[in-house]
Amino acid sequence: MSVYTLEIDGREVGARPGETILAVAREHQIEIPTLCSLEGLSTVGACRLCLTEVEGASRLLPACTTAVAEGMRVRTQSERIARYRRGILELLFAERNHQCAVCVSNGHCDLQALATSLGMDHVRVPYRDPLLSVDASHERFALDHNRCVLCTRCVRVCDEIEGAHTWDVAGRGIGSWIVSDLADPWGESSSCTGCGKCVQVCPTGALFEKGKAIGEMTKRTAFVPMLQHMRGRRR
Amino acid sequence: MRPRLATLWLDGCSGCHMSLLDLDERLLEIIRDFELVYSPLLDVKEYPNAVDIALVEGAVSTEADRRRIQIVRERTRILVSFGDCAVTGNVPALRNRIGIDAVLAVYETPPTREVPMLLPVFPVHQVVAVDHWLPGCPPSPDAIFEVLRALLEQRAPAPSGVRFGS
Amino acid sequence: MTPEELRSRAERRRLEESRFSERLRVCTATSCASLGSGALFDALSAEIHRRGTGDRCELKRVGCLGLCAAGPLVMAEQGTGSTHTESLLREVRPEQAASLLDGFRDGFPAEQSVPLDLPFFRKQRRIVSEACGRIDPDRIDDAVAAGAYRALLEALHERTPADVLAEIDRSGLRGRGGAGYPTGLKWHTVAKAEASQKFVVCNADEGDPGAYMDRSVLESDPHRVLEGMALAAYAVGASEGFVYVRAEYLLAIERLRQAIGQANQIGLLGSAVGGTAFHFHVEVRLGAGAYVCGEETALLASIEGGRGTPRPRPPYPAAAGLFGAPTLINNVETLANVPAIVARGGDWFASIGTEKSKGTKIFALAGKVAHTGVIEVPMGTTLHEIVFELGGGIPDGARCKAVQTGGPSGGCIPARFFETPVDYENLAGLGSIMGSGGLIVMDEQTCMVDIARFFMAFCRDESCGKCVPCRVGTVELHQLLDTIANGRAGTRDMELLEEFCDLVRHTSLCGLGQSAPNPVLSTLRHFPEEYRAHLRGQCPAGVCFPASPAEEPPR
Repeated sequence: MSVYTLEIDGREVGARPGETILAVAREHQIEIPTLCSLEGLSTVGACRLCLTEVEGASRLLPACTTAVAEGMRVRTQSERIARYRRGILELLFAERNHQCAVCVSNGHCDLQALATSLGMDHVRVPYRDPLLSVDASHERFALDHNRCVLCTRCVRVCDEIEGAHTWDVAGRGIGSWIVSDLADPWGESSSCTGCGKCVQVCPTGALFEKGKAIGEMTKRTAFVPMLQHMRGRRR
Repeated sequence: MRPRLATLWLDGCSGCHMSLLDLDERLLEIIRDFELVYSPLLDVKEYPNAVDIALVEGAVSTEADRRRIQIVRERTRILVSFGDCAVTGNVPALRNRIGIDAVLAVYETPPTREVPMLLPVFPVHQVVAVDHWLPGCPPSPDAIFEVLRALLEQRAPAPSGVRFGS
Repeated sequence: MTPEELRSRAERRRLEESRFSERLRVCTATSCASLGSGALFDALSAEIHRRGTGDRCELKRVGCLGLCAAGPLVMAEQGTGSTHTESLLREVRPEQAASLLDGFRDGFPAEQSVPLDLPFFRKQRRIVSEACGRIDPDRIDDAVAAGAYRALLEALHERTPADVLAEIDRSGLRGRGGAGYPTGLKWHTVAKAEASQKFVVCNADEGDPGAYMDRSVLESDPHRVLEGMALAAYAVGASEGFVYVRAEYLLAIERLRQAIGQANQIGLLGSAVGGTAFHFHVEVRLGAGAYVCGEETALLASIEGGRGTPRPRPPYPAAAGLFGAPTLINNVETLANVPAIVARGGDWFASIGTEKSKGTKIFALAGKVAHTGVIEVPMGTTLHEIVFELGGGIPDGARCKAVQTGGPSGGCIPARFFETPVDYENLAGLGSIMGSGGLIVMDEQTCMVDIARFFMAFCRDESCGKCVPCRVGTVELHQLLDTIANGRAGTRDMELLEEFCDLVRHTSLCGLGQSAPNPVLSTLRHFPEEYRAHLRGQCPAGVCFPASPAEEPPR
């Protein structure tokens, strides 16, 4: 099997053909912030937090979807990228309701942690303050649209791992929202198996388990690559 | 001369001030190094002139808040948004989703003189210019201490472990 | 069908037409149809029938005659050879059917005649729209008589795919959908891809506000597009094609379907085209009202039956496109250029236009201009010629302020740059783009902040919502522009506007988001004083600040 040699942040690293920049960077303990990406799921390149500078490319490229190439030179950190990443977080925080103090995922939230790690300490654009619904019709789980960042991890885990495809996205633009089945209440979904995988992969407090205290609301995502591995798939 | 420090309490729960008090024995250092000129902890009615540093807790959510923060901005060199309500609007801003009328609907006759006119809730920096932001609900005593030390030493504050929420 | 059979078919049709000494061509494309050309056609038909002159007077439905502002349009032709005359008649009403027919004898009313030596017609160079307004788009023989499918059959019988590719290379043709990517290069990539299945997709999801060039071509001469697709398929080794057309283009869809059916029937599309081993099956797929589906990866997702959202490139569709197969995607106008290039040679095509932009470009002239309509001009024509000569200038003696090109992805070019020859590089240099060909003329009563806000609202509404910068960024940018337009903004808002324009431009997933800030950036660049005036509470164009001041509290 051939091996590519490339450079990430000035470090020479080896990679297998077909790997993404993100995978190679993680193998070498180079941190790239991500939100929509989750190991074991397909990639969509939607959150744009993992954008990197690749020498010779006219645009910034998402590390999660860009395959490595021989001799590639990648920068995962720069003043410009840091500014963009903070800006994207500002947009996310302004979009719906991400007041961490009153969130079920306070302390266990990828979005909250990203704000800290990327140094986003205030949002300069106006908050949109939408009033969205909460679907608590399911016996064990609930979906709070106010907390959703539309990363579609739930959509993908349900489709690709559970095989139920209960979730999908409806609407468009700022009016996009996650729906179960044909926009039916989750509790009435005929396709949902109640497995709870979507809840575990949700990076924020949008999908949560009823009856748990905030301290217990830790999400576990390690099962996704494990399942993929046991099914003999490599991504 | 010691820097003149003010702390302000707009629309918030006073939790940030509680966290300030949680500095415990380090409060003595603060008192030694700063001159506290205005605060809910003092009996000073009027916001003084020539304040060096103001920690502002709470969101701007009434006409009175707006007037106060404008005066504070005029009279203060360094303004710090202190805690999530000041930084993001936080809990007070939840009412922006339902509108002021819905808030006032709980009254048989909405108060006019006793309560200042309610506004949509804004983070402080959307009303006046802010120099530093210290998120947290509340910010930890360590973070507060670091911000004050940094401003005293005239360097950029770099509190660790700061995050929105608690 | 062999090339000889095609030729004799064309000859037969030409002979048939030459029997008529009087010919009326009624524009039935959408613009004229909306002004009642259908009723006009019926009235003329009835009148000819009543007079019993059907054997000498031919009445024909045709596509776009160009000068849409003056519709319904009728072209009246008389005689052949040296006695041949053409009169273009404007705003013809059904009740004028009789007097119109009398016109062949008594002359046509001067007040309804459009002089054909107008710069609007004289300065055009028609390649793509060569047969528009001449042929009946519902009759394949009409198209064949005008030369349709000749290039295809000749290529299939006498030339290799590599030959066709080389011709496109030599022509210097670039994508007419907006970005101007070299067509030959794209074709080569697909041709080189090793796959048992390849696709050719025609992007007819035209959606820029004010732009309707592709609609006009599809309604007027669908066979040209189909022939271009077939030639492309032959060159790259594809056997299936899709035309992705927006569902709102009812007439274009109808004519396209009709054309595909007719071409299939006589063996010009479908299995064993022209009696050769080349198969090419074309299907029409309808968009469901999403502008973003004009973006190629979103378009492909939509054809596949999925949600019309883009995906990151690479891989490019040329490598992994429709159903994972190598896919060539070109827009309507690009493909419609192909038959002429193959027939007359790439060198001929390359002799037209500028150094880096070859051939012609169709523009839909709209806005504050006398002659709104569809024009095809050589690349390198100046904006001044387009607006003031072809377009006939600004009505009511108003002053021209700018033109908007490229729709929501483009920008506003101020009148002081009108001497610039139009090509891809020049327009990009001025902070706009060629785009698909919408060209909106604006006078002094147009507010540039308002225009920027309009296009941002468009992008906000059309964002698919997949990536964060476009989904939320366009909303926040629109709100900032709204604040500025309402005179409630400060310098901080201007800084935010510029910063978030930069962010949305460089971090969005697809072209929609990446180019959404362009109308803002171009107006900021060329009209900074208008933004500054709004900060002071003034709108120089008198558009913003209605009588009552804004009621919303300042944010």
